[in-house]
Amino acid sequence: MSDARDGRADDARTVGGEESDGSTSGDRLVGRGIDRREDAELLTGRATYTDDISSDAAHLAFVRSSVGHGRIESIDASEAEEMGGVLGVYAWADLDASPSPGVLPIRTESLDCEVPGHPVLARERVRYEGQPVAAVVAEDRYVARDAVEAVDVEYESLPAVVDPAEATADGAPTLYETAPDNVALDAELGDAAATEEAFSAADRVVELELVNNRLIASALEPRAALARYDADTERFTVEMTSQSPHGHRGKLAETLGVSESRVRVIVPRVGGGFGHKGHHHPGEAMAAWCARELGRPVKWTATRSENYREGAHARDHRTSAELAVDDDGTVRGLRVDTRAAVGGYGLGGGASMPGWYGRLLSSQYRIPAIHCRTRAVFTNTAPVHSYRGAGRPEAIYVTERLMDAAADELGVDPVGLRRRNLIAPEEFPYETAVGASYDSGDYETALDEVLDAIGYDELRERAGEPGDDGRYRGVSVACFTESTGGGFERGVVRVRRDGSVAVYAGTHSHGQGHETTYAQLVADELGVPYDDVEVVEGDTDDTPDGTGTFGSRSTVTGGSAVVESARDVLRAARGVAADRLGVDAADVVSEAGEFRVVGRPERSVSFADAARAAETTDDGASEKGEGDGVAFEASTRYEPDGTAYAFGTHAALVAVDGETGAVEIERYVAVDDCGERVNPTIVEGQVHGGVAQGIGQARSEGAAYDDDGRLLTDSMLSYALPRATSLPDIETRATVTPSPRNPIGAKGIGEAGTIAAPPTVVNAVVDALSPFGIEHVDMPLTEENVLDAIRTAEDEV
Amino acid sequence: MYEHDITLTVNGATEELTVESRTLLVHALRDRLDYTGPNVGCESGKCGACTVHLDGDAVKSCTLLAVQADGSDVTTVEGMAEGGADSDADALHPIQRAFHEEHGLQCGYCTPGMVMTAAQVLEEEPDPSREAIRASLKGNICRCTGYHNVVNAVESAADSLRNLDPSTAGGE
Ligand code: FES
Ligand code: FES
Repeated sequence: MSDARDGRADDARTVGGEESDGSTSGDRLVGRGIDRREDAELLTGRATYTDDISSDAAHLAFVRSSVGHGRIESIDASEAEEMGGVLGVYAWADLDASPSPGVLPIRTESLDCEVPGHPVLARERVRYEGQPVAAVVAEDRYVARDAVEAVDVEYESLPAVVDPAEATADGAPTLYETAPDNVALDAELGDAAATEEAFSAADRVVELELVNNRLIASALEPRAALARYDADTERFTVEMTSQSPHGHRGKLAETLGVSESRVRVIVPRVGGGFGHKGHHHPGEAMAAWCARELGRPVKWTATRSENYREGAHARDHRTSAELAVDDDGTVRGLRVDTRAAVGGYGLGGGASMPGWYGRLLSSQYRIPAIHCRTRAVFTNTAPVHSYRGAGRPEAIYVTERLMDAAADELGVDPVGLRRRNLIAPEEFPYETAVGASYDSGDYETALDEVLDAIGYDELRERAGEPGDDGRYRGVSVACFTESTGGGFERGVVRVRRDGSVAVYAGTHSHGQGHETTYAQLVADELGVPYDDVEVVEGDTDDTPDGTGTFGSRSTVTGGSAVVESARDVLRAARGVAADRLGVDAADVVSEAGEFRVVGRPERSVSFADAARAAETTDDGASEKGEGDGVAFEASTRYEPDGTAYAFGTHAALVAVDGETGAVEIERYVAVDDCGERVNPTIVEGQVHGGVAQGIGQARSEGAAYDDDGRLLTDSMLSYALPRATSLPDIETRATVTPSPRNPIGAKGIGEAGTIAAPPTVVNAVVDALSPFGIEHVDMPLTEENVLDAIRTAEDEV
Repeated sequence: MYEHDITLTVNGATEELTVESRTLLVHALRDRLDYTGPNVGCESGKCGACTVHLDGDAVKSCTLLAVQADGSDVTTVEGMAEGGADSDADALHPIQRAFHEEHGLQCGYCTPGMVMTAAQVLEEEPDPSREAIRASLKGNICRCTGYHNVVNAVESAADSLRNLDPSTAGGE
């Protein structure tokens, strides 16, 4: 089904310049950076996000735990219940007495221990500050918040632990009796014995202790839901902020204790997700529960601070890493031991991260032996989930920091060391020592491209000494790979007899522009005008079951599903056209919306005429026939033939002020290869956004708790997101190495920047600080942290 | 809780409503008058998604009480395009069009605030440098675009507005 691109992996192309629209393909829409059709309604304020939906809904607000770890001694809601406009105050006992389980399930089969799920309202124990303890519903959002203030909760405080390394130490406070060492999962990947052998045979071993800082996804739109319950049909309708409408339907059904057919999820416009809106959280489930309880619509919209306190959070790894390398620069082995926080509740997404992590440790290199141990550790913090990158930035950070450290140890150029160990184009498909099967790549071309773009050789000569402005310059590269496009998607293509085309997909765009890109793909396949193709996502009653939009998977998986359906539709239409032309279908070719008889091009039937004619024939299983106005319809469940591995190389030039610790990124160049690019402008936008978030992690972001488990960064003031003034222009270039594993030849691009930017920036800053003898600085590279590193290094001299 | 009768002129239309003392302007606009263009990202003045024009000045409408705006002229993003919120891509305000053409928006949540801030910036400085554009957008957070195309959009909007304006284009 997906062998259309076989053999094309060889023809890597380079596409330079950030303004490129990549239009190399004649009249084809794919490959052109056409403007998005989503924009007009977003730009004029006409777009509807969840909180924009007007209704007579009551408003839900939560009483949240004020302690990081404790037992609930009492909840006194009497004052709140008596306030005017308050419709109900609920605690766990109310959920427990209802027909609903009231728990967000976790996949315990993936863990080493039995732990209960996350109760929507705390049972008697709270395991992180901000955990929902009670819920208030009132006529108005202000009254709901007043009532929250009026609920009095007494806690017995328990000792808390917030750091995943400390949580595994002897004597650390314990979150679950079933996991006395706080370890939810202890997983190994790779061959320990072979790695040990590689290390003893190697000339040198380079070691680093790394912190991958805790992040908060911070979509600008907070999570929200508007839930209704129809008592006659016993059906919930939940309009909500989701990246995964069908996923949320299933999870809500489980928490509510009803079958999936009793839940309809509708997802309007979504103001960014980055993983955070793919997970199951208490707010949306509680809104649905309250709608049934009260018999009226209930709306919940998180405030920024509750969004930050409830999480999900991300990253938060503590890693010991070693690279075994020979004097000639040959890498022989990699050994990694990581403790990764999963927060107070080891939800599915949190616990699965170690899996995404270890598999990517080989980056772009031939590393014969790798061993990785990952412990997923409970901590008294908000749950940790997948956030843009999800395990992959953590892995690449380890490997790319080690490559720079090894170059430093060997006294060689970090680019030369990388080049020596790159997997060569003829080695694909390439099986890494951690079990990843890379599909295609031309890593050296991307590396050369980035070196050329930034002018590496010249910069390398100038690095090290302070410039005229007294600042230290550093230059870096980081290479990466990224696993993209897992799981399945369904796509339906329906052609009406008037020739209009509707595409239904189970993914959900929240900024990625599927309405534009899926229409480009389908219009090209069918040869119909782009404007005739409509794309529908986001209503579980209307769209085929899908997995959702995350993990850089929508184009690769969802796009391929709609392409396959379009091809089925085209076959059926060709059959109808052949009938009309009185020839065999094999003698008909389709070109730009016309079916022509081979060798007699003057004899033709248009696609639109074939659609009109469809009702009068009985050809093809996908034909719907008379009565319903549908000419052709096809549905595909698509699962790629394995993972598509995107890759790229990024480079940065930084200036560091040795007096203040201030870091300026003077240039940032991204060379990305995501195979065929459906819409290069949208691809570049994804790179910009990912790089911005990656620079955010490297420079300023970091969620912090105090020792009692209180979140110190609970606002946009204390959690420092990148602003227009803190980011450089982001220069983009692309190479194109198609994936042989899907019919588009695409690889995902959504997360690349978050993977590449942290090691690129840290490598550059460490390079700049090399005159001080500094070998590593942990993220975020705030002025304070950089200055600390300089002072510490100076004290040691 | 005190209530107040106030009058706002929103995008040219006179609106009379009764609000509590504590009602934020953004909530009056969104929940009471159904102008949902201004978005709420932080409710505390830090993200800029709620930016509107109040008597011609860009303000974060979550930092003002509705009563403070009594008697004022408010322009929301719905009031920017010639044809109002129903404008299609052809009828956009030059700033909106520039965001469209430069791919200066992804999820669009920050966009109403960006557009309103940019409108004021370009009125005060019709030919800003990239650095000046970045500085002027410091109070508007975008989590999607990395700002690169937002800056491009404001630059390109500045060009088209200058070409429209007869005083700088050398027209009559
Ligand atoms: S919502 Fe007003 S500044 Fe963020
Ligand atoms: S476009 Fe999503 S926050 Fe700016």
